[in-house]
Amino acid sequence: MDLSSINPILLLASLMVAATPIMLAAIGELVVERAGVLNLGVEGMTITGAVCGFVVAVATSSPWLGFLGAAIGGAVLSLIFGILTQLFLSNQVATGLALTLFGLGLSALMGQGYIGIKAPEFPDWYIPLLGDIPVIGPIVFQHDPMVYVGLAIVAGVWAFLKYSRAGLILRAVGENHEAAHALGYHVVRVRMLAIMFGGACAGLGGAYLSLVRVPQWTEGMTAGAGWIALAIVVFASWRPGRLLLGAYLFGGVTVLQLNLQAAGAAIGVEYLSMAPYLATIAVLVIMRAGRAPGSLGQSFHASR
Amino acid sequence: MIMLEKRPQPSRGWIFATPVVAVLMTMFFGALLFAALGQDPLVTIRTIFLDPLFSEFAWFYRPQLLIKGAPLVLIAIGLSFGFRAGIWNIGAEGQYIVGAICGAAVGLAFYPMESFIIFPLMIIAGAIGGLMWAMIPGVLRVRFGTNEILVSLMLVYVAEQLLASMALGALRNPDGMGFPGSRNLSQYDSAANLEIIAGSGMHWGVVTAFIAVILAYIALSRHIFGFNVRLSGQSPRAARFAGVNPGKLILICMGISGALAGLAGLFEVAGPAGQISIDFNVGYGFTAIIVAFLGRLHPVGILLAGGLMALTYIGGEIAQSNLGLPIAAIQILQGMLLFFLLAVDVLTNYRIKFGRERTA
Repeated sequence: MDLSSINPILLLASLMVAATPIMLAAIGELVVERAGVLNLGVEGMTITGAVCGFVVAVATSSPWLGFLGAAIGGAVLSLIFGILTQLFLSNQVATGLALTLFGLGLSALMGQGYIGIKAPEFPDWYIPLLGDIPVIGPIVFQHDPMVYVGLAIVAGVWAFLKYSRAGLILRAVGENHEAAHALGYHVVRVRMLAIMFGGACAGLGGAYLSLVRVPQWTEGMTAGAGWIALAIVVFASWRPGRLLLGAYLFGGVTVLQLNLQAAGAAIGVEYLSMAPYLATIAVLVIMRAGRAPGSLGQSFHASR
Repeated sequence: MIMLEKRPQPSRGWIFATPVVAVLMTMFFGALLFAALGQDPLVTIRTIFLDPLFSEFAWFYRPQLLIKGAPLVLIAIGLSFGFRAGIWNIGAEGQYIVGAICGAAVGLAFYPMESFIIFPLMIIAGAIGGLMWAMIPGVLRVRFGTNEILVSLMLVYVAEQLLASMALGALRNPDGMGFPGSRNLSQYDSAANLEIIAGSGMHWGVVTAFIAVILAYIALSRHIFGFNVRLSGQSPRAARFAGVNPGKLILICMGISGALAGLAGLFEVAGPAGQISIDFNVGYGFTAIIVAFLGRLHPVGILLAGGLMALTYIGGEIAQSNLGLPIAAIQILQGMLLFFLLAVDVLTNYRIKFGRERTA
């Protein structure tokens, strides 16, 4: 094994790219869970976003429109989950699983004619001045725009939850839906909007995989990214700041194991590929999760 | 204005009617989907749901029904205990894989010795393999409060990598000219999971599935364990007052589902699949979740639901070869079935009222 072939600057730079899809999917789910809804369909929405984004981007040869299409695709799929859990009061765990199974099938069907096609080019930004800083420049300031869009969304969610009135209402709905209802807030409406935001973010994360990271469409290409995003929300104790940390930690493990594979580590490729999943389990065990939102996973029915 | 009013008791009629309504709705919307894909909807529905049973080649497909249904029923029976108690093991696919690896490894270790003891040993190894894999999320949940949904699911991906490593490494057929995959167990008499009656599809896994249904029925309706499981699901607090140890219940439920999933994997690898290969698992562990819910988490219901799901698998294959229907369409159909079931289920617990709400 040749460890010197691993360039630390490149490693850290690709860490930011590897973390972005998980971060996008996780920040959406964080908002959903803060509103008191547990959507286990992240994997299904992510892969649907991946295929929607790819199809739109190939058709229009514009990655930006691809990302828009992915967000819409993810949001539409999440709407199924929203209608079932909010209006038909179905079990959220079961419905989320159904959404994942359905999304995997749907994406396979939609992506049939697109296997082996290359996604349109999505050039990296070169931010002048900041990009010229040695070491930090290439690590932080020479990526494609979606890396920064992702960071902006995380910052936006943080500010929204902490400082805005709407964010306060969303948290109230998630902490105690009976009380929020008694105060006159529309629990179901707030949750529907949160669920759709979560779907859109998961879609963006998926499209980042199919348009930037890979960039191709293959069946089942998300390989559990949506589930890891769910784990990161728990790890983050439902706080956006720690979510960022979790996403980068996970990105680091992924990139490191890929680099070790390339460097010809003595460990088998299969065992290195297990690393991200094992790391996720380890993190879930070691990190004592904070308190979950009070109404998380419970159906709300306005009986009075 | 349409309102929902909670029923004092779940409607008994709807408990039985919802799966039927869900299947009919899935057929209808499935037909729309097939029409959108440019197929003749009626022909496609007939090909999927009726041809495996009644066409001129049905003699070939009917045994398949048992072969495909057995792993689904076995896994779903195991899952139903946990699901009833609010313990969500959704990593059955991983336990299925590890059970197959452990069972096959024991069988291959004895090759080419012939003895009647080998197959029973493999069965035990398969069950233990699945059990141990399920104990990881179980123990972590009890000991550290880790979310068992996420851990069991992560372990599916780990198991898939383990499977690849076994097929390419430790268990690879030494006489296989370097191709991935193990020796074919179905051609190794002492380890083969053969049909008990030739041509019927009735192998030992099918027998085990039927036994599991009966035992699960007795456990759930006639034994204190089943009562504790149901009580914990409906009211965890009441269960604790009644002296149910939640940690023990989690471990038992995870253990049962893991062992049954492991058994399903062993019977598959020693029979229909024949060998450990990279693409050995085909998603039975996930489809079994649908089977468990469609069967209302009831052993008899699961048996029927497993048969129906097996039907869609076989019908889907026929539709793929005869009509060129993409196999992903069947996956969508199965997902849709679960959606409709969950949606219609609202009628079990709620009554629909029309008209304006009167304020008291």
